Amino acid sequence: MKQLKWLSYPYIFWMILFIIVPLILVFIFSFTTGDIRLNGDFQFSIENFQRFFDPLYLKVLGKSVNLALKSTIICLLLGYPMAMIISRENIKKRNVMILLFVVPMWMNFLLRTYAWMTLLGKNGVLNFLIKKLGFTPLNFIYNDNAVLLGMVYNFLPFMVLPIYSVLIKMDRSLIEAAEDLGANKVKVFLKIIFPLSLPGVVSGFTMVFMPALSTFVISRLLGGGQYMLIGNLIEQQFLWTGDWHFGSAISIIMMAFILIGMAITSKFDKEKEGGGLW
Amino acid sequence: MKRSIKYVLLILLIAIIGTVFTGCKKDTDTLNVYNWGDYIAPEVIEEFEKEYGIKVNYSTFDTNEDMYVKVKSGGNSYDVLFPSDYIIEKMIKEDMLLKLDMNNIPNYKNIDEKFKNLDFDPDNEYSVPYMWGTLGIIYNKNAVTDKIDSWDALWNEKYSGQILMLNSQRDSIAISLKRLGYSMNSTDKDELEKAKEELIKQKPLVYAYVGDEVKDLMIGEEADIGVVWSGDAVYMMGENENLDYVVPKEGSNLWFDNMVIPSTSKHKKEAELFINFMCRPDIALKNTEYIGYSTPNKETFKLLSEEMKNNDVAYPKAESLKNCEIFNDLGEFTKEYSRIWTEILAQ
Amino acid sequence: MSKFLKKIYTILIFIFLYAPIVVLIVFSFNNSKSRGSWNGFTLKWYIELFKNEEIMKALYYTIIIAVLSAIISTIIGTFAAIGIYNMNYLSKKVALNINYLPVLNPDIVTAVSLMTLYRFMNIQLGFLSMLLSHITFCIPYVILSVLPKLKQLNRHLAEAAMDLGATPFYALRKVIIPEIMPGIVTGALMAFTLSIDDFVISFFNTGSGVTNLSITVYSMARRGIKPEINALSSLMFLTVLVLLLIINKRTTKDLEKRGDIA
Repeated sequence: MKQLKWLSYPYIFWMILFIIVPLILVFIFSFTTGDIRLNGDFQFSIENFQRFFDPLYLKVLGKSVNLALKSTIICLLLGYPMAMIISRENIKKRNVMILLFVVPMWMNFLLRTYAWMTLLGKNGVLNFLIKKLGFTPLNFIYNDNAVLLGMVYNFLPFMVLPIYSVLIKMDRSLIEAAEDLGANKVKVFLKIIFPLSLPGVVSGFTMVFMPALSTFVISRLLGGGQYMLIGNLIEQQFLWTGDWHFGSAISIIMMAFILIGMAITSKFDKEKEGGGLW
Repeated sequence: MKRSIKYVLLILLIAIIGTVFTGCKKDTDTLNVYNWGDYIAPEVIEEFEKEYGIKVNYSTFDTNEDMYVKVKSGGNSYDVLFPSDYIIEKMIKEDMLLKLDMNNIPNYKNIDEKFKNLDFDPDNEYSVPYMWGTLGIIYNKNAVTDKIDSWDALWNEKYSGQILMLNSQRDSIAISLKRLGYSMNSTDKDELEKAKEELIKQKPLVYAYVGDEVKDLMIGEEADIGVVWSGDAVYMMGENENLDYVVPKEGSNLWFDNMVIPSTSKHKKEAELFINFMCRPDIALKNTEYIGYSTPNKETFKLLSEEMKNNDVAYPKAESLKNCEIFNDLGEFTKEYSRIWTEILAQ
Repeated sequence: MSKFLKKIYTILIFIFLYAPIVVLIVFSFNNSKSRGSWNGFTLKWYIELFKNEEIMKALYYTIIIAVLSAIISTIIGTFAAIGIYNMNYLSKKVALNINYLPVLNPDIVTAVSLMTLYRFMNIQLGFLSMLLSHITFCIPYVILSVLPKLKQLNRHLAEAAMDLGATPFYALRKVIIPEIMPGIVTGALMAFTLSIDDFVISFFNTGSGVTNLSITVYSMARRGIKPEINALSSLMFLTVLVLLLIINKRTTKDLEKRGDIA
């Protein structure tokens, strides 16, 4: 079948043109300065990277990492028990539940986020219910919590699915053996289940953390424009300020962040299941 | 199997023909119009298409800055743009606009003289006025009982969580500068620094930094007080009678949005035809009635209802504009404004 | 007790997942513009939706682009997968790793890098740039769904065919492709769904009035809540649900055969 190697040549050409060259361009941009007209008048400089270490931008990075981490941890706390519950069901029920988990995820991401605007708004559904119950309406939208909620909602399945797929393959006899030897439930969980499910946790962690770190839509729609996260900063540089060089530098930094993270976690996650869902 | 391969090939063929077809359609007789969101009466475009047999490809932008970057960075070919004063000044300086041939725009005569030959385009070589207005405060009379006549109201802790600011760097910083008694065209770093401090102080009180959503939020009474452009205020007050609009006494921004043709346009003739069409009194009337903004077209003004002609929000008396300023292009200093705005949002 | 708690927890999580969608669907039938109150049943938003030219134009582009990019990326991707599968160890590894880049990279980085490319090649942002971008991010997923099928494929089958005098192309058509067909179809459906769903990459790489549904929803959502969007959501939800059920049926059947569920 070696004769069929040439079948990949069109794609190799495509890959070079649309994956590698663009990344090289971004890389070149990040190390140069010049005007947005891109008239070729580029000067080599590391100014863009130095600029990123201005406290202002570090703060943006800090805030993004902070929110992304928080949402990842919430996803883990909510998702782990869920994955465990599902994995304990019989195969038929399990498949249905997983399907139910996946369905909302395939609905347009914008619409899902928009749905929360409808729910959380000052005159939204939640406040309508609260008023009906005789309480004073609350302020749900346009704050940290709304952004967090949006992230958790959008990315929760990315946490549940990898954990679930590890749990399901776990050798039940190990758990039974431990129980036979007198370990209580907590001990079984801490000493056996959790350590064995770590690869799933790690891959879920990256799969939530990564999109949460780079989002600019959730922060824009649910944060009421008062959030400058790293995704918004890239958007701003490319679309509003027109400083593609600085924007490229931020993109490179973010990419480095994520690829290094991936490299570390791929050690845990040998099956490379990550990423295939987004 | 053979059949399915044939099938696939057939679909592919159709697909390719389809792409070529849509690709071709684009170059002949389409006019790319790039305007602010919600800034034209939809039927006007249809009428233009019908009357001249030219297809209009209409797209929208949110802020002057975002339009400017899109046009400047290339990779598109817009034919008619609707920028504001200071951006027009900047685009002229940077040689991004085509000179108009006013012989092709006979309706230019309908424009009131006081909107012609303004500083940003001294001989109106490049631009034709479209709409004008002020920037001010809209508030809900039921919730806000104090007399609102100053930008200070937006810093009043009483309205914490009820304040809407604009997600537009130039406008929001201008408000802070004006409130402190500085010029909104300030290029003094200390003044800007103070304006920034004030905006950061204000941030915890702000409900959201918004664009067009301000209309729904105020009409739906989800917020009590906000910053809007006069035309939107006219529209909102029409929808909710509890709302009122004021131009603060410290002064505000007086602005003009004009139609221009970028130098990358390949359809100058058609673009001029479009601009001319937009200046026709009946068409300009449809636009001004639909979007609520004030027309610079004196023939159209005559067609307005008496009530509208005397509307202080849309057509304010000269004395209420005495402290108002028009934005200037700040050149390289614009970067400082961007930086400050990032700093405010990053808090 | 703990069983009861588990039930409650499961129900709560599913409420969390579905509440927003249910609300959107319910309110798409609400005879009032407001979100807070129910004013009776209506279908008018669906009619409004089909009258809304902005949305209809976006829908048209979304579907055209999704169909085209699904077809093109499936063809290129399937061939690429077969080719890559037959490479030697090192080139295979390199090719697969590069193939992973668009999957692993944050959308926004892929988006801006493509935008830079088009700017450099002087391609006008519009229909073509959006289509090329969609094909680019779809191909990796097609490859990832075809490759496992190839691994299951009996290598000797194609070799036997060729030994018996079949040309490689004939063997490909008669032996390999029919065997990996389920993977190809899954890949195509996946590409189609991903293309319909994409926002970030399209947002940066479109222009000249070409928009897709996601972009339209984004700009409409910032202009305020429009009941037409609710109607649109309900229809899209239904479409995606049907598509997903088809994909799922295929994959579970397939996975059950293999004996594991990912």
